[in-house]
Amino acid sequence: MRTVAVVGASLAGLSAARSLRKQGYDGRLVVVGDELHRPYDRPPLSKEFLAGTLGEADLALETDDEELGVEWLLGARATGLDRTERAVRLADGRALRADGIVIATGAAARGLPGSEGLAGVHTLRTLDDARALRDELAAGGRLVVIGGGFIGAEVASTAYALGLDVTVVEVASTPLAGPLGETMGAVVSGLHTDHGVRLLCGVGVKGLGGERKVDAVLLEDGRSLPADIVVVGVGARPCVEWLEGSGVALDNGVKCGADGRTSLAGVVAVGDCANWYDPRAGAHRRVEHWTGALERPAAAVATLLAGGAVEPGTPRPPYFWSDQYGVRIQFAGHAAGADSVTVEQGAVDDRDVLAVYRRAGQPVAVLGMNQPRLFTRWRKQLATA
Amino acid sequence: MMIPACRLADLPRGEATRLDIDPPVSVFHTDEGELFAIDDTCTHQDASLADGWLEGCEVECPLHASKFDLRTGAVDAPPAKLPVRTHEVAVEDGMIYVRLSTDAPNLPPCVAARLAGGPA
Ligand SMILES: Cc1cc2nc3c(=O)[nH]c(=O)nc-3n(C[C@H](O)[C@H](O)[C@H](O)COP(=O)(O)OP(=O)(O)OC[C@H]3O[C@@H](n4cnc5c(N)ncnc54)[C@H](O)[C@@H]3O)c2cc1C
Ligand code: FES
Repeated sequence: MRTVAVVGASLAGLSAARSLRKQGYDGRLVVVGDELHRPYDRPPLSKEFLAGTLGEADLALETDDEELGVEWLLGARATGLDRTERAVRLADGRALRADGIVIATGAAARGLPGSEGLAGVHTLRTLDDARALRDELAAGGRLVVIGGGFIGAEVASTAYALGLDVTVVEVASTPLAGPLGETMGAVVSGLHTDHGVRLLCGVGVKGLGGERKVDAVLLEDGRSLPADIVVVGVGARPCVEWLEGSGVALDNGVKCGADGRTSLAGVVAVGDCANWYDPRAGAHRRVEHWTGALERPAAAVATLLAGGAVEPGTPRPPYFWSDQYGVRIQFAGHAAGADSVTVEQGAVDDRDVLAVYRRAGQPVAVLGMNQPRLFTRWRKQLATA
Repeated sequence: MMIPACRLADLPRGEATRLDIDPPVSVFHTDEGELFAIDDTCTHQDASLADGWLEGCEVECPLHASKFDLRTGAVDAPPAKLPVRTHEVAVEDGMIYVRLSTDAPNLPPCVAARLAGGPA
């Protein structure tokens, strides 16, 4: 293999480039990214960076002395993958021929249809998004967050600490019920009301009010919430449009094996865009978490370099953390399919909890709020279960 | 300076114990039976590595997955970028002792600011 192209220059792409070099690949290595920035870390964008306690330099994912021998093609968007030419087509008309291709194009924030061009309305996915939101939050006012998922909750928590008046609107009856289940979703989202942040559940958003600048969020039940700033946190979609018609099978992202192998030989997928087969769950999952984007490229790269001839090991259970209102939330495993949740340590009212999800008596997931030590033990137990 | 940590018999393999000195230091007993001491605070944020995931000669930070080599203190991947300090370990009469390094520690920005008396 003489040229490998990594498409997507963020955590999963950088991690793939590192794994390639670590596993002995010494050929040409090109990383393509449509943003102009070198790889930076996203989790602080809704936390310390938004709060102003971390600067842009702190977000860099590369270290100062890192020598990966990478050709960076930044500000370059991939628009197609040509299987016969084995080439990645770029928006400016260039084509990048490569023997091996790593797809790492991540996900993009979903917007609210009809809100385009309305000032004061934000999504949060990129550094540029975060800069714009940070500057606006600094002016203060009334913030309405649409979506009570992790990003929405973190923005609400950060804005609350900055002194804004915050309301969170969630269409489901319990926020976070998808990833955490009803019971623990209610406990974690209780953090909002603990702090006097209004949480409106079970009501959808009909639209936004305002001419050039947003001034209200209009709810389906007829209410209107006055707003100076609106953050739309309604999830992300995988960035895979550029692969349509390429022969790479798509289904909620790039459909791939546990080791990232796609339907095309010599092409693997990693990170938020990859819908990989999880043997533990017996199903494909697209997991939008940091740790997977960091760790899973090692296996994908091994597959790529070995021409698909390696057996994938069992991946660790998915893990993520979230920081809200000074509470460290950690979760590992799959809550879906659990038939019981028990609090093993702490008390839900204190928001100091270690909860274990079980299915037929077997632990399948674990949630910690301010319980890093116990959480780590349980996480380890899950991995070996 | 030699600091007594705990009795070897009280630190099973696969476990770590934290010394509440400033900055805190942790002693790890690996599954293979080796002993190592490193600064306990991750260089990325305020997390205790003694709470982390021990595998071979590496500990994974309990928060964001950076791994530190217990032998050298080196870090493998982001978000942490700086190594942790390592300290010498000795066992005498069944007691574990740590000889503190005289190097400057690599503390995360939030902890360094707190120790300097600045804003957290
Ligand atoms: C605000 C925020 C907070 C988060 N907080 C947490 C947290 O607390 N804990 C946690 O576990 N996870 C968190 N995450 C999730 C975590 O950041 C992601 O899982 C991780 O960034 C995924 O990395 P990735 O490289 O797969 O994708 P991305 O980071 O999305 O990177 C993909 C890159 O590819 C580029 N790209 C897309 N299409 C093209 C194309 N056609 N051509 C060229 N380049 C392209 C994109 O511009 C982007 O730079 C957070 C995410 C956000 C946005
Ligand atoms: S606190 Fe250790 S990696 Fe972030």
